Amino acid sequence: MATGVQAGWDEQEIRRHLLAFHRGDMDAFEALFRRHRRAVYGWILRIVRDAGAAEELTVETFWRISRAHARFDPSRGFEGWARRIATHAALDWMRSRRVEVELNAELADDPPASAIADAAVSAEIREKTARAFQRLPPKLRIAAVLAVVEEQPHKEVAEALGISVAAVKLRVFRALRLLRKDLEQQGIRP
Amino acid sequence: MNADEQDRLKKLLQAALPPTAGEPEPGRGPGRDLWPAVLRKLDSKPATPWYDWALLAGLLGLAGLFPAAIPVFLYYL
Repeated sequence: MATGVQAGWDEQEIRRHLLAFHRGDMDAFEALFRRHRRAVYGWILRIVRDAGAAEELTVETFWRISRAHARFDPSRGFEGWARRIATHAALDWMRSRRVEVELNAELADDPPASAIADAAVSAEIREKTARAFQRLPPKLRIAAVLAVVEEQPHKEVAEALGISVAAVKLRVFRALRLLRKDLEQQGIRP
Repeated sequence: MNADEQDRLKKLLQAALPPTAGEPEPGRGPGRDLWPAVLRKLDSKPATPWYDWALLAGLLGLAGLFPAAIPVFLYYL
């Protein structure tokens, strides 16, 4: 069991685990899982906004990570690589969902701080906006949710998606433009 | 779409979709230990995708219709 090495790894220990994982060592993989699972889960939750789906996708992500251990480059670090795999797992999940995603009840019931501050944004408009957002293409939605809603740095979003910062900005712009069009069709002028 | 419109849309989006808490604090996070599920998934055999079966069926059909093509096919294997 590797539960004793969750935190406080020094550089040498990190390198040892990464090299062992690259060779296919299961103990090293478990140690990396226990060290990074919360970060991977949190990242996925930001994208899919559903705790149950985030758990499933965390399992899927670490399964993909394990299968790709031979392609892992220990000199480039684990976190960014894991985040990229997690992002693509989440993107595949979003693509596979044909039915419009219902907002997570827990998230939807809690009025967001920005909405409280802006009383002019009615609950109806928020709901229509959320639904319009779910209708956007997954590639645009994932960029917008990370960059705009979660306010992650464009550089991090770009690395997670495997695209350039300029491409992230373009996707966000296209997402907002499509969102505006959708809202205008519903009679909402943002 | 100008910068003001973009800002308004961003604010509207942030109002409609509240940010998540991000990385959970220690002791929170996934509601269960996911490691057993990872192990189960690693142990399970991946299902053969439908297009592999379709390719096999196509090859068998081709071999049935054109038996003379079998040696040529075997040569290129």
